[in-house]
Amino acid sequence: MTRGAVGTAMAADCTKAAGGVRTSRSARDGLDKSITLPPDEIFRNLENAKSFAIDIGGSLTKLAYYSTVQHKVAKVRSFDHYGKDTPEPLLETSRVDTIEVPDDEPLYEISVQEEITARLHFVKFENAYIETCLDFIKAHLVNTETKVIKATGGGAHKFKNLIEKKLGLKVDKEDEMTCLIKGCNFVLRNIPHEAFVYVKHADPEFRFQTTHPDIFPYLLVNIGSGVSIVRVESEDQFERIGGSSIGGGTFWGLGALLTKTKRFDELLQLASKGQHTNVDMLVRDIYGGSYESFGLTGDLIASSFGKSATTDKEFTKEDMAKSLLHMISNDIGQLACLYAKLHNLSRVYFGGFFIRGHPVTMHTITYSINYFTKGEVQALFLRHEGYLGAIGTFLKGAEEDNPNQYSWGENYAGSSGLMNSSPDVHPMQRTRSGTFDMLEMDRLERQLVNLPLLQDASSYIPDTVDLTEDAMAREYWLSCFEDALDGVVKRAVASQPQLLDATERAEKFRQKYRHKLQTLRHQPFAYGSLTVRSLLDTREHCLNEFNFPDPYSKVKQRENDVALKHFQKVVRALESLSMEERQFALVKGLLAGNVFDWGAKAVSDVLETNSAFGFEEAKMRLQARPWLVDAYNDWLERLKGPPHKCALFFVDNSGIDIILGVFPFVRELLSKGTEVILASNSGPALNDVTCSELAIVTERIAAMDSVIRTALQEDKLLLVQSGSSSPCLDLSRLDKGLATVVWERKTDLVIIEGMGRAIHTNYYAALRCESLKLAVIKNAWLAERLGGRIFSVVFKYEMPPK
Amino acid sequence: MEPVSSGRSMVVNGYHGGGSLQEEPEEEEKQQHQQQHRGKKAAGQQCQQHRQPQEPEAEKCRTGCSEQERAPSTSRRPQQRRESVKKNRPPFPWFGMDIGGTLVKLVYFEPKDITAEEEEEEVENLRSIRKYLTSNVAYGSTGIRDVHLELKDLTICGRKGNLHFIRFPTQNMPAFIQMGKAKHFSSLHTTLCATGGGAYKFEPDLRTIVNLQLRKLDELDCLIHGIMYIDSIGFNGCAECYYFEHPTDPERCQKMTCALDNPFPLLLVNIGSGVSILAVYSKDNYKRVTGTSLGGGTFLGLCCLLTGCSTFEEALEMASRGESTKVDKLVRDIYGGDYDRFGLPGWAVASSFGNMMSKEKREAASKEDLARATLVTITNNIGSIARMCALNENINRVVFVGNFLRINTLSMKLLAYALEYWSKGQLKGLFLEHENDLQNRKNHNGWDLSKLLDTQNIGHVYTINKTHQYSIKS
Repeated sequence: MTRGAVGTAMAADCTKAAGGVRTSRSARDGLDKSITLPPDEIFRNLENAKSFAIDIGGSLTKLAYYSTVQHKVAKVRSFDHYGKDTPEPLLETSRVDTIEVPDDEPLYEISVQEEITARLHFVKFENAYIETCLDFIKAHLVNTETKVIKATGGGAHKFKNLIEKKLGLKVDKEDEMTCLIKGCNFVLRNIPHEAFVYVKHADPEFRFQTTHPDIFPYLLVNIGSGVSIVRVESEDQFERIGGSSIGGGTFWGLGALLTKTKRFDELLQLASKGQHTNVDMLVRDIYGGSYESFGLTGDLIASSFGKSATTDKEFTKEDMAKSLLHMISNDIGQLACLYAKLHNLSRVYFGGFFIRGHPVTMHTITYSINYFTKGEVQALFLRHEGYLGAIGTFLKGAEEDNPNQYSWGENYAGSSGLMNSSPDVHPMQRTRSGTFDMLEMDRLERQLVNLPLLQDASSYIPDTVDLTEDAMAREYWLSCFEDALDGVVKRAVASQPQLLDATERAEKFRQKYRHKLQTLRHQPFAYGSLTVRSLLDTREHCLNEFNFPDPYSKVKQRENDVALKHFQKVVRALESLSMEERQFALVKGLLAGNVFDWGAKAVSDVLETNSAFGFEEAKMRLQARPWLVDAYNDWLERLKGPPHKCALFFVDNSGIDIILGVFPFVRELLSKGTEVILASNSGPALNDVTCSELAIVTERIAAMDSVIRTALQEDKLLLVQSGSSSPCLDLSRLDKGLATVVWERKTDLVIIEGMGRAIHTNYYAALRCESLKLAVIKNAWLAERLGGRIFSVVFKYEMPPK
Repeated sequence: MEPVSSGRSMVVNGYHGGGSLQEEPEEEEKQQHQQQHRGKKAAGQQCQQHRQPQEPEAEKCRTGCSEQERAPSTSRRPQQRRESVKKNRPPFPWFGMDIGGTLVKLVYFEPKDITAEEEEEEVENLRSIRKYLTSNVAYGSTGIRDVHLELKDLTICGRKGNLHFIRFPTQNMPAFIQMGKAKHFSSLHTTLCATGGGAYKFEPDLRTIVNLQLRKLDELDCLIHGIMYIDSIGFNGCAECYYFEHPTDPERCQKMTCALDNPFPLLLVNIGSGVSILAVYSKDNYKRVTGTSLGGGTFLGLCCLLTGCSTFEEALEMASRGESTKVDKLVRDIYGGDYDRFGLPGWAVASSFGNMMSKEKREAASKEDLARATLVTITNNIGSIARMCALNENINRVVFVGNFLRINTLSMKLLAYALEYWSKGQLKGLFLEHENDLQNRKNHNGWDLSKLLDTQNIGHVYTINKTHQYSIKS
């Protein structure tokens, strides 16, 4: 296939995409004007939707559907004469040959193909919109195989006929609690930073928890109209161990009677402005101060509403609402603690409409739990609490598809994130902004697991800096990503020169990502802990969203091509050095290679303007020893000892980095008898080398280099995908295949390369084996923060604790 | 966010001799009993003082009275015990008070055996107080004497007389203090025994304005000893303690008496304005497990706001005529019947006041319905917390006491029912009854509201008993 053919294919796709957009637009006109978002942006991918599920609560409807998403992926393929099936005749190992590649012909071919992936869509909207939404769904539902819609929630019964009539689907009711638990297990397992503790007056108020590898057992306190307290043992085992009739319905019902305020949100708003001490009888009202011999402080509530019987004073609505909120939250908190204690559980999650992200209720519940357990139990809340029922119902209906055998990832581009439901926001305003809320989960093709070499998986936190907590760093990185946006847009457009709509899509990408950044400025907690990794991942998700699957594919191709031409020269130069000189040159080469990072603005600016910038130029830029973090001498000493059994190398950039930096280094390891696993990204991210690109590059190198070739043949050099499509690395979510190989090969050295993988993430990751973390700091701000300057070098060599 | 009970026990002034509800001939035996009782107390005290440092403060282990108060009485008691009770009899008037969160409870002993001499000696001030208290049933606009609770022909400290129970809202304490100043209470005697939170709160005012010294006694300590005391003396062979047999079956539900022969451990749920829950392992070894702010004060407070009523009696009366199912959302309202998956019966309340989310239902609910729902909500919640505490503390006997249960059969039956039902018969709710009027006892039979003892009296009786110790001490 030629490049021309690729272009044609892409153009054809473009037409099709435009057609799709038109269809959606025409249908939009029929929809209720009051829906603020265009419906095709809410109910995405309806065309291929199947397996519907719906959870209708007292005021909100949550719709779930499974859909296949057709999106473009960049595929690389070796041209036939370099293809695997017809390998070049192997050359003698003593000789290193140069394969003549015509300058105008690229190394491998890039094609953009349509790939179908599975995605779960969840949409949350007010019950008032249910009819309009059902109409829209009916109008866009192409797939006719679907016969049944799974339903749960108190409103499922009420709307049964409407749903059956509108959609022509049979409503199949599922048990509410079962669905809730299923949903809860699902989010806890698949969404990192799902759970958080709420800390009032802290900045930010959300403290996200690292997901424990074993999520069981836990206590779920669901506060709907009443309260259910459920102990969850395992995936299928749970028991309702108790409950209380004093719940959200009591707050609402009693609140409506006392304050004549009808809406739940308004009641909460009243409560947030009230003073409960005017209504409640406090310890100090009885004792005059604290009751020390009891350890009861004066401001504790002795009797809720106790003052109303003893004073003739009229209470304000605000004060009564506040007192009521305290009374109910404290009571629930107390019961939850009693149950947690009885069942010896320390993980207690709260959910239900009473909580639903309301800071006031989260605060009062947290306060109560802290008080009653003296800090032994933390009140945990869930980011996707509102979706649990819908997720669970959906999973019930999709059991034949075995959704639990896959790993899923939250799609940041398609998900709304946690809304700021600050009580300061007027309830009407808040309602409108939260009218439609979306969650999208991508099915990952492989199951993701922990790296078996993590010292303690339950305490592993990939990210080095939590930007939700570090306001200064947050400010910097948000601005940094915003500043870099123009460059990314430009690169995206340039990557698809034949596509007419590329500019338009790139513009949409810009808007979407900029909007995400703005949201994160105000709500850094929207997608869990904000980190450089999440900012990078969000950008990748947004690029994919607008069909820029791999904006750097051509850049990577060119750079790989150029670098390959220098490979033999570099290897020859290294071979002429003494052992010690060579080791240093290898490390330096690895570091110089790592300078070539399009993700770093300082570098991409240079690369955009100076095409002559090469390996040698990069070496010049490097900091001279001693480096910012310099464990080189220890490493050298180690190399004089027995060789490692097997090294796991998480690679970074394509081009010079992988070819002239990593491969010579790997070659050295191999020649000493160390097996090497090269772990590369499963999907594209910036100019990082993907596993399919790496396969081709390796093949080319093998053709030139006997050491690599032999290692491949003898299965001593393995190329394995990491399961990630991020410039960063989460060692708790790695491809199961990789984890298996790492285990089987008795890996005793882990090398992590690059800013994204070794600095932004994993800098503090503790492993059970030796590790090398190396990177060049290509960001002046970060370098300064670490106490160095731009192009400072981090070379961290760590031994596992004895 | 923690409730504190309203004051429970009542203290007759600190100089009074040992009171007894027994007839005179049994006085000696009685005192023996008390001696034993004190012996145990001393031992228990030691044990607890030993224990205390190991207990984190937060455990809220209570020793009852402060050590300063108690220690001297323990050491000096033996000699003093030999002295005549009469010799130490303090001057009249004898009264004590319990200043709770909502109500002040005042007990006054009216001597009926006043000799002519005494009458002569009685200062004008004292006489006027006696006449004023005994000839009225209401004082000012809010003070009430509970005539039905009056204990007649009681012998305390060798004096025969009647014990009167007077209550007024705690909010009128300032007025009471002003009256004390105007009437020169300070000229009568210098120490007044008081308990309840108000004993702390109003102590400075009573000292500076009225010039009265307070002897503060711990309410929970008083309460526990009071229960043991009242149970031990019983009434003509009848037990003080009772429970409901078949509480889950309205047809067969009946009151059964039982003796607290071997009462420990027990969980004591004291429902005043708020609720305190104590795990009692022996007379002197107990800890406050937890409490809740949803108590009697919440019931009354919410009823006042929801129905416009103003007294506990009124609120209870309304509740007795209302229907909570119009206000509460039941399991069957949501699931159409039982929620079998979790063994929830259709009649169980799923959401208290849950029906009040709907405008139509709000309009359809009467004040009586609202009062009833409030009562049921508060009562069930107390039952639920008590049940969980009993499970956590591994105690299967739960004794409910407190002002909230005064003339409140509805709540008592509900508590008995809830405890039995949700524990599948593992837990038993016990209540205490105190015949307040020996003379009229035969006129009451079976289950009768008017016969229900104000459990408050348990505190009263004990504190009368307890004051005996102090009389000996001084």
